[in-house]
Amino acid sequence: MSRLKQSISVDRKALLAYVVAGDPDKGTTVGLMHDMVEAGVDAIELGVPFSDPEAEGPVIQLAHERALEHNTSLSDCLAMVREFRQSNQHIPIILMGYLNPIETMGYDDFSNEAASAGVDAMIIVNLPPEEAPVLSESLKRNELDLVYLLAPTTTDQRAEMICAKSSGFVYYVSLKGTTGAGTIDVSDVATKMERFRSMSTLPILVGFGIKDGETAAAVGANADGVVVGSAIVDRMANAGPSQINQSVCNLVAEIRQALDELPA
Amino acid sequence: MKKSGENESLYSFPDTSGHFGIFGGKFVSETLMSALAELEQSYSQLSKDDAFLKELNDDLKYYVGRSSPLYFAERLTQEMGGARIYLKREDLNHTGAHKINNCIGQALIAKHMGKPRIIAETGAGQHGVASATVAARFGLECCVYMGSEDIARQSLNVYRMKLLGAEVVPVSSGSKTLKDALNEAMRDWVTNVDNTHYIIGTVAGPHPYPMLVRDFQSVIGRETKVQFEEMHGGLPDVIVACVGGGSNAMGIFHPFLEDVSVRLIGVEAAGYGLDTGKHAAPLNEGKVGVLHGNRTYLMDDENGQIVHTHSISAGLDYPGVGPEHAWLKDIGRAEYAAIDDDRALQAFRQLNLLEGILPALESSHAVAYGMDLAASMDQEQCIVINLSGRGDKDIPTIAKIDGISID
Repeated sequence: MSRLKQSISVDRKALLAYVVAGDPDKGTTVGLMHDMVEAGVDAIELGVPFSDPEAEGPVIQLAHERALEHNTSLSDCLAMVREFRQSNQHIPIILMGYLNPIETMGYDDFSNEAASAGVDAMIIVNLPPEEAPVLSESLKRNELDLVYLLAPTTTDQRAEMICAKSSGFVYYVSLKGTTGAGTIDVSDVATKMERFRSMSTLPILVGFGIKDGETAAAVGANADGVVVGSAIVDRMANAGPSQINQSVCNLVAEIRQALDELPA
Repeated sequence: MKKSGENESLYSFPDTSGHFGIFGGKFVSETLMSALAELEQSYSQLSKDDAFLKELNDDLKYYVGRSSPLYFAERLTQEMGGARIYLKREDLNHTGAHKINNCIGQALIAKHMGKPRIIAETGAGQHGVASATVAARFGLECCVYMGSEDIARQSLNVYRMKLLGAEVVPVSSGSKTLKDALNEAMRDWVTNVDNTHYIIGTVAGPHPYPMLVRDFQSVIGRETKVQFEEMHGGLPDVIVACVGGGSNAMGIFHPFLEDVSVRLIGVEAAGYGLDTGKHAAPLNEGKVGVLHGNRTYLMDDENGQIVHTHSISAGLDYPGVGPEHAWLKDIGRAEYAAIDDDRALQAFRQLNLLEGILPALESSHAVAYGMDLAASMDQEQCIVINLSGRGDKDIPTIAKIDGISID
């Protein structure tokens, strides 16, 4: 069984944590990943810094800029995963980023490198299924999952297609907007979840707009798990250098507890 | 020579999925996919709707002031001593550039789609001014995103947009120029997609924008063809236009694509020089990648990060280029040259002194290349230069270079 399947299908609501690789410096990331695992995350989404992160809100944009100040590259991200894997073989890692750095490395070279580093899946924000056939084949040959996003604006017809093509899990972006924006509409999420359930046997995780234990529990009640990004990155930006890990882990623990109080 | 409509025609692109060969496409987040589909469908219906086309053509005639003249630049021709130089005077349009051709079309689409709000990105401010103008004309709310560095160097246009009732939002992320304004406009659109239409100002972005903007700008080339036939007869030997994103060039090139005797030359910004790396010439020096919703030539580093570009003209200061230009380059139908800041400035001054015409710094790149090329051609030959905009907005920049205070 793949790491991803094992980790997200267990008897508890899954908690995925997003951090940008190299934020605030290259030395922080791997230690933070281990600490977040200790605090209760089931998988880690590692953001690959990009100069033009067009789908991100201000909090994550700034994290990309901080990481790029010291040139955190896609190769650096893979090196971090490799280092993490030296002492952790069970927590799945999903790389999340934009297409251009992957195109620059080359689809096959990237897929080989990512698989050998210990990456489990990819989320590529600006790559809808229609443009993905070539990369998708390359990832498949290396047993890497390609997770697609569903949005509030996605029509039923598209949702069927996306659910059929997504692998690993399906990620529902619960808000119209960039990462970290607005307030989540819980009843809307419940309605959408019911629809998507009939389309896919994969786990469906919800992200965008989850800020704390309360919002995580409200959303988690209707989903297989939640993704927390901007709230974590925001804590990192506002904590003193020596307080980053503790501040993030406090939030992770709060959300873990809120999710665990839900019926599985 | 194949005619339009046949399978292999240069006019059969983009294909139904929005690609020009390997270029173009729709590389956007899922939230925008349905908005793009809706836009594609609306445009497909409206472009065959006689009432819509009449509305568009009436506004181009009575509001924009089309057709714009094709002008024989007699003294410039004499000065260079070679080919006859004609200028297509897009600078004489309402708002002073070609940008309004596209804005009128897209604002009409927004109106028909029932979207009360438009947003736009702008570099030099010309597209922002044109968007703010049509918003006022059609009673739409308007928000323009502009890099904070561009706001500093184009203060006249910023104030002009405000006078037109638009909100101008400074963008201080990344390189603080056009590409970052585009990112921010995309973010607005993702958030407000229900009531907002995004007027992309150039032939880039995800499908259907490169097609739609090209179609609205092709009025430049269609007029040029008729006017040249009337004034001189036949077809020009060369057409020259500046290329940032590439909308004025695509607009004048497109009706000539299958007239293979006509050389089509796009002129990029060589900035401080192509060999310095400080330029904005992706078709000359870039490589294929994905940015702002499409696959095209762009300027990035060895890790795939988009690099900061440089041009004296804010409107050309962009690391990507429209996907149809990328394709025309690869199939060899168009050529792409580059002109540096100094030569563009020199051409700016020459056109003032020889013809009494104040060109935009963007257009000055095309003027410079066209002048040099004319000198190397026979006197029986003809060049058309697309004078895409007027240079009033650039006077503060030029005055500063001359050390003159005009405050």
